[in-house]
Amino acid sequence: MGQVLEVSNIHKAFGGIKAVNGVSFAVQEGEILGIIGPNGCGKSTLFNCILGQLEPSEGSVKLDGRDVTGMRPSDLNRLGVSRTFQLLQVFPELSVRENLILAGQEHEGTMLSRFFGRRDAGLSEKADTMIGFFKLGHLVDAKAGGLSYGQQKLLDAAMAFMAGPRLVLLDEPAGGVNLTMLGDLKERLRAINAEQGATFVVIEHNMDFVMSLCTRVVVLAEGKVLAEGTPAEVRANPQVVEAYLGH
Amino acid sequence: MTAPATHGAATERRGLALPSSIDGTLVTLVLGAAILWFAPAGMGRYGTYVLSLWLVMSIAVMGLNLTLGYAGLKSLAQAAFMGLGAYATALLTSKLGLNWYAAFAISGLLTFAVGLVLGFPALRVQAHYLAFVTLAFSTLIWLILRNEQWLTGGVFGLSNIPRPSFLSVKLDGALEFHRFVVVVTFILAAALWWMIRSPWGRAFMALRENPVRAASLGVDTRMYTLLAFAIGSAYAGFAGALYAPLVEFIDPSPFSLSQSFFLLLMVVAGGSGYLLGPFIGALLGVVLPEWLRVVGSLYLIVFATIVMLLLIACPQGVSGLIERGWAKLTGKAGGR
Repeated sequence: MGQVLEVSNIHKAFGGIKAVNGVSFAVQEGEILGIIGPNGCGKSTLFNCILGQLEPSEGSVKLDGRDVTGMRPSDLNRLGVSRTFQLLQVFPELSVRENLILAGQEHEGTMLSRFFGRRDAGLSEKADTMIGFFKLGHLVDAKAGGLSYGQQKLLDAAMAFMAGPRLVLLDEPAGGVNLTMLGDLKERLRAINAEQGATFVVIEHNMDFVMSLCTRVVVLAEGKVLAEGTPAEVRANPQVVEAYLGH
Repeated sequence: MTAPATHGAATERRGLALPSSIDGTLVTLVLGAAILWFAPAGMGRYGTYVLSLWLVMSIAVMGLNLTLGYAGLKSLAQAAFMGLGAYATALLTSKLGLNWYAAFAISGLLTFAVGLVLGFPALRVQAHYLAFVTLAFSTLIWLILRNEQWLTGGVFGLSNIPRPSFLSVKLDGALEFHRFVVVVTFILAAALWWMIRSPWGRAFMALRENPVRAASLGVDTRMYTLLAFAIGSAYAGFAGALYAPLVEFIDPSPFSLSQSFFLLLMVVAGGSGYLLGPFIGALLGVVLPEWLRVVGSLYLIVFATIVMLLLIACPQGVSGLIERGWAKLTGKAGGR
């Protein structure tokens, strides 16, 4: 089992505010790593630095040992790194199937073949399989903007998996999702992890979700790593209890 | 629970036969071209000229519709690009004696290349900032057209622009040239129809709706932004290449900033992001003022009132209005 992602000494400041202040951690292949911490501790900024949405002020990001610091998000995605966002990020005017085809089409063929080739880039069947897997089968032709919040969250997650990524970073996947759908989502993430060996890094505030899904947890506070360990170790850490989990 | 196989080659959708690749838009284009082929019957020279002008403007609006309506990039330089195409074609055919088809291709390539360069600011600035960058470019082109008299003829313009031939048939007559314009417009509209239906079209729409998410899904937003600008500009160049031989005399005034605003109005009034919207928008912009001649000097006031009422009643333009009406009739949600 090799190391997929290595984040070293990442710093990111906005004016005088240090959002991320020297964060380092590594992710092993097939692992489900949770990142938790209070609001404003730099979790999403860290994701944006890892994924090229923001350029870190300092530090490096390595994917399979290759330095990818500051690489454009589209290039990183084509290397097998995918993500979801904290806020909903589907394409409201496109149908559910079109959203999923879009999520996979740039991984098929060349610019020319995408112009002259098939309208669905040969992805309709794969999209339908993914839609069924995420229990959205009855909504395949519905516009994504008309779906409920929870359904859009599932679609958002499905899009992240459409191109068969090796590493997926999920930013608060459980936020605003009801308990039934949350169970569905967890079950699906586990299935993809177990059967395809996909590696996950999950930011989440829902402690039940994180502790039951993740194999290891990193705790951030004020832009730094406060603690790291198995869910049980993190729960028992007095500093974590003090700063985040509460008594 | 078995996870879907997300690795390896994508499976092909079976049974996507030819009929499913033909839709109502293409049928409308074919029917429209057939009707317009015969439409000038009994219209006279001026009526035929107005029909041809409508189609030429539709081509420029189609390009802006791609840039703005599909890719969401606000440009105020479409008339300037049309001017580049018109002057390039006029100079190449009347001064250098070049074949119109070669001049048409060169005009398209020139405006594609300049559009590509102008697309670079769009990678860094968006919305009204981008509009101001294109506004500056538009002003620059207009000043060159007006001041560089040795090349462009300045305010006196360029005259005696020849019309093309087709297979040794001269197209000097209004009807012959109109039919030629119908064919060229149809080919360009069909090419755009194909592009919008292809994965490129989906990527352009993703650019408009959510570029950050699009990039995170592997969409090369830089490449598609530049392409949307360059192809949209090339359509203006093609329109200019037809406009010059249509009017046979060009000067800088039809390519000014106000004309770029007018083209923008045609995109919005016709229905931004609808493939047939440019034809409706250009109809409002070119033909409606002709119909309003009955009100004499009040025509601009009446025209402005009609456009304002239309946009208040339906911000998605006439195409949006038709789509809503159709959805009510059939009881279904319409699609672009």
